[in-house]
Amino acid sequence: MMNRVVITGMGIYSCLGKTLDEVRDSLYYGKSGIIFDPERKEMGFRSALTAKIEVPDLRKELSRSQRVYMPEQAKYAYCATADALKAAGIDQDYLNTHEVGLLYGNDSSADPVVRAVDTMREKKDTTLCGSGAIFQSMNSTVTMNLGCIFKLKGINLTVSGACASGSHAIGLGALLIQNGLQEMIVCGGAQEVNPFSIGSFDGISAFSIRESEPQKASRPFDRDRDGLVPGGGAATVILESYESAVRRGAPILAEVLGYGFSSNGDHISSPNVDGPARSLKMAIRRAGIDIREIGYVNAHATSTHVGDANEAKAIFNVFGEKSVEVTSTKSQTGHEMWMAGASEVIYSMLMMKNGFIAGNINFENPDEDSAHLLIPSKTIEKKFDTFLSNSFGFGGTNSTLIIRNL
Amino acid sequence: MNKQELIEKINEALAEEFEIEVSDITPDADIKQTLELDSLSLVDMVALVESVSGVKIKGSEVSSIKTFGALYDYLAERL
Repeated sequence: MMNRVVITGMGIYSCLGKTLDEVRDSLYYGKSGIIFDPERKEMGFRSALTAKIEVPDLRKELSRSQRVYMPEQAKYAYCATADALKAAGIDQDYLNTHEVGLLYGNDSSADPVVRAVDTMREKKDTTLCGSGAIFQSMNSTVTMNLGCIFKLKGINLTVSGACASGSHAIGLGALLIQNGLQEMIVCGGAQEVNPFSIGSFDGISAFSIRESEPQKASRPFDRDRDGLVPGGGAATVILESYESAVRRGAPILAEVLGYGFSSNGDHISSPNVDGPARSLKMAIRRAGIDIREIGYVNAHATSTHVGDANEAKAIFNVFGEKSVEVTSTKSQTGHEMWMAGASEVIYSMLMMKNGFIAGNINFENPDEDSAHLLIPSKTIEKKFDTFLSNSFGFGGTNSTLIIRNL
Repeated sequence: MNKQELIEKINEALAEEFEIEVSDITPDADIKQTLELDSLSLVDMVALVESVSGVKIKGSEVSSIKTFGALYDYLAERL
């Protein structure tokens, strides 16, 4: 007998807001979090577009010895996780006395690596890198920091699955709870926003160069899209067995019904149609629901030509002609990469809880593939109880989550 | 930079980095206790002192420098 897995808390630190209420309103009103960053132009970027995120000052919340090991994305993740735990009714006493796990998506930590290398080259003295550099530089920096700060005692693991990292973290967390290996897991995804982290990504011409209109640059599924816009921050959900949530009297927000995954086994950057379609089908099969029960599809669509086209084909293959609303919240946030799978679950949850679907802003004209999908460009009022969220990543890693309102 | 200027710069930098008051730093005070250093943050103290003074502290000699007064003397001899 598998355990049911529910979501009992959420927290987010996003270009759309730092509280759930702020983010809900930004989604509803179609706000864009994208700006032009002149510093990137000076650094030789092809595109200076980015989401705007402020690094939080945590001097009041954390000691120096806690902060010194944290790169920016760990700080975002701390804020999101503190809020999520609070919302779930979890205090430090509970964390001290239970085996709470931690699975978080993160797939880079470039800024501290670059700074340490600069120091080594200039000073020829590794001591000058400081004590924080090694801990900030590792891919597992988010989970090592959060695990120590919150004194977590269950599984502690970073999920590095490119732009599907956050989604896989939630899916894998759900599997562990379903199988009785953990009762509660802090899951999420974090993404650094500094220029060093995505300079080489810019270098392969993946980013939109619509610099004269930053807020119109991210336009998933639109005929005139010209690339993605990088974003970031962090998002956390508290996954818990249904029994544990009931026992605690916790707020039960939703149930993770299905997790599907697949690998394209194909090109390193160009997605195909078969891989994502298999991930969608697996999630639907594991959820054990009729596809018509899905009232909203949160697409991965990042605003690239091939990626959006192939995802549109995959969604069409599974759902058919215009049968369900499909949007990409990346039209507002840019591509939050390692964070996206987790943040987009929260964006979708906020829509589901508040009876609306945020418009896919900047969707003005469909192309031949997106023309087969039902893509609202403006926010619509719609009550739905089940959504599907896609996340795909470099190397052809795919993750799909299906979540139902409770 | 004379020794007094060095002391002032070192104290200011250490107080800011380790989030204590400059007045907490006295020549007789124990460095590790005052700055609440562990084996990792000791590295940050050494790196900061090196950056401010331009004097490299040999790894083998760090443990023998117990007080701020001893640190000032060590640096002043090598300026």
